[in-house]
Amino acid sequence: MSFLQKATILASTATLALAFSTGAQAQTGRDYVYVVGSSTVYPFATVVAERFGRGSEFKTPKIESTGSGGGLKLFCDGIGIDYPDITNSSRAIKQSEVDNCAANGVAEIVEVKIGYDGIVMANALAAPAVELSRADIFMALAKEVPGEVEGELIENPYVTWADVNPALPDAKIEVLGPPPTSGTRDAFVELAMEGGCKSVPWIKALKKSDKSRYKAVCHTIREDGAFVEAGENDNLIVQKLEANPKAFGIFGFSFLDQNAEKVKGALVDGVEPTFDAIADGDYPVSRPLYFYVKKAHVDVIPGLRGYLREFTSERAWGEEGYLSDRGLIPMPDEERGEVAANVRDLIPLTMASQ
Amino acid sequence: MPTAKMNTRDKVAAGLGRRRRKEYLFRFIGILATLVGVLFLGVFFTSLIANGSSAFQQTFMQLDIELSADVLAPDGELDLAYADFDGLVRSSLRAEFPEVSGRRDRRELYRLVSVGAAYQIRDLLLEDPSLVGTMQTLWVPASSNVDMLMKGNIDASLEEKLRPLSDKQIGWIESLRQAGRLDSRFNVALFTNGDSREPELAGIRGAVMGSVYMLLVTVALSFPIGVAAAIYLEEFAPRSRWSDLIEVNINNLAAVPSIVFGLLGLAVFINWVALPRSAPLVGGLVLTLLTLPVIIIASRAAIKAVPPSIREAALGLGASQTQVVFHHVMPLALPGMLTGTIIGMSRALGESAPLLMIGMVAFIVDVPGSFSDPATALPVQIYLWADSPERAFAERTSAAIIVLLGFLLVMNLAAVILRKRMERKW
Repeated sequence: MSFLQKATILASTATLALAFSTGAQAQTGRDYVYVVGSSTVYPFATVVAERFGRGSEFKTPKIESTGSGGGLKLFCDGIGIDYPDITNSSRAIKQSEVDNCAANGVAEIVEVKIGYDGIVMANALAAPAVELSRADIFMALAKEVPGEVEGELIENPYVTWADVNPALPDAKIEVLGPPPTSGTRDAFVELAMEGGCKSVPWIKALKKSDKSRYKAVCHTIREDGAFVEAGENDNLIVQKLEANPKAFGIFGFSFLDQNAEKVKGALVDGVEPTFDAIADGDYPVSRPLYFYVKKAHVDVIPGLRGYLREFTSERAWGEEGYLSDRGLIPMPDEERGEVAANVRDLIPLTMASQ
Repeated sequence: MPTAKMNTRDKVAAGLGRRRRKEYLFRFIGILATLVGVLFLGVFFTSLIANGSSAFQQTFMQLDIELSADVLAPDGELDLAYADFDGLVRSSLRAEFPEVSGRRDRRELYRLVSVGAAYQIRDLLLEDPSLVGTMQTLWVPASSNVDMLMKGNIDASLEEKLRPLSDKQIGWIESLRQAGRLDSRFNVALFTNGDSREPELAGIRGAVMGSVYMLLVTVALSFPIGVAAAIYLEEFAPRSRWSDLIEVNINNLAAVPSIVFGLLGLAVFINWVALPRSAPLVGGLVLTLLTLPVIIIASRAAIKAVPPSIREAALGLGASQTQVVFHHVMPLALPGMLTGTIIGMSRALGESAPLLMIGMVAFIVDVPGSFSDPATALPVQIYLWADSPERAFAERTSAAIIVLLGFLLVMNLAAVILRKRMERKW
């Protein structure tokens, strides 16, 4: 054998031995907090994780962006160092997910509400400002809309915004939005679409008589090209809006905040999407953001309690905290106090109280 | 009829014009195709360098900071691990701009300096605690918005509410600039730091180390396995329906989309073998699966290229089959095998899709120090930065791409040099 071959074999064996010995070590303990979940909460959670990691003797938490649903699934897979300690979520946990958690031994979950996020419909700065109502949004984007006769649904016939509402510009309906796996999409559908859908009296009545039909009508977005699924990358949507002044984009308030010289948010029900309007609850399309913690992991995983304290501190989520600089809309003082006390005492979630 | 009397020479002459035209046309199309390719490449590189080159420079701000024990520990107990280093930066800024008053204005003023300033002071004091109480003049990183303004990426002539810096902030920046307290320097942090949510502190070292650990695992596994498989299939395996089947399958595997290997890695290495998520070890194993077919195919081609006369001569002199392979065929085929390995590695370096499934798309600040520490890889870092709302990440994304392309270029160059230097022609 030549020297080269010997060296290669020696190096491979050494690397492998090293790799597997360190791999085995990792199984015995984990000295960092492991977070998964929503891509909407990710920009906030990462800032907290970084500040916590640099300002304490603990390692910086690891944060994976898996989406709200994917995060809750990983979170509920079990208790122990192989499973995440925390999952971020841009919606509240569902009963089915709590059941799944319980089935895998994750019994006590602490819910932490961290603040609000507005969802905006924005267009290029060069384009005219528009004022939409939630009913306009529903009529423009739903797959089926109410027809002439009460109780009748027709395939969405509207081509331009002016068809929907004569006060709106005579431009083709073109909306770029997130895919169905996104929490932003869920929230947009629930808050904006359903909000507009309810304004039709007979559909509202349907909610009591036939709930699944009601959901299908209110939550289904048209698929004829007027709504374009633009992927999870909000920067890309902003670029596309700049290039196409006729199009609208749907994304979180933090992106509007960072790109104020490129895009502007449409008024919804007469309210402009601003920091204050969302904080006061005036802007209708806003949702709370959460994360969920396994009580059994606190005090077992080093740094988990510290991370919780950092996240719920005034300097992070307060009115003037560093998270508000990143576009998170803080909760009112009183609510913050309540949640912080809840986290301190680790009071687990009970679905009945929701 | 003239055509009937035409001899061969006339026929050729008659068709010559048409044939030449055809040739010219084809050449023209060929040149056009090449030009289009070069044009795309040129546009890609120009935009990349135009966007990314500014990320290698970073704005720093000079501050006179009094390392006062009173500010560090207002209650008198000085513990450097938990002292208020932000307070030092703030009081220094207040001293620099005594006219700024009011909570709101002061907050705007504080935002000009990166939070990295406080970390810098902490590191300084932890190293030399005797500095407490002294006055120090330090160059600290400015916030990314100041950096963007200095680089011209924020247009100061826009209306105030359309830009991330207020009129007052721009005024302060201007006065700092005139006092010589702002300076653009080489962005060392980009190469020495791990990831960060503050663009001015974010670096690629964590991602580079993650990629290095992964490639070590990959090369350590895929080279020996790939070469052994290639030698066996080429030199020892009997020609049968089975070996044909294996050959077809290896060729097919080379074309399987990489995300599939990620799913396989998740099911086998994480869920079944219970290796840690996000670890370069698992990433390396997945990339091994990905590169194996490439290496096997390249190695087999290299072995095939060794002339049979060499094997026959060795056999004729009494060498065994194994001796023939290891003394003669393999040394001659090695350059080709190594070239294939390097090309396989450079493909592995650029992969991000399979890493998505095994938890390597994550925010990880600490630079990984072993094969089982959580880590990301360079392409993943590029993806994460491209999706960040802060605009200063745009130029850093391009800078990270430039670095990745640099690595790829070096690896492919190594493959070319290896081939030119060591390859033998018969």
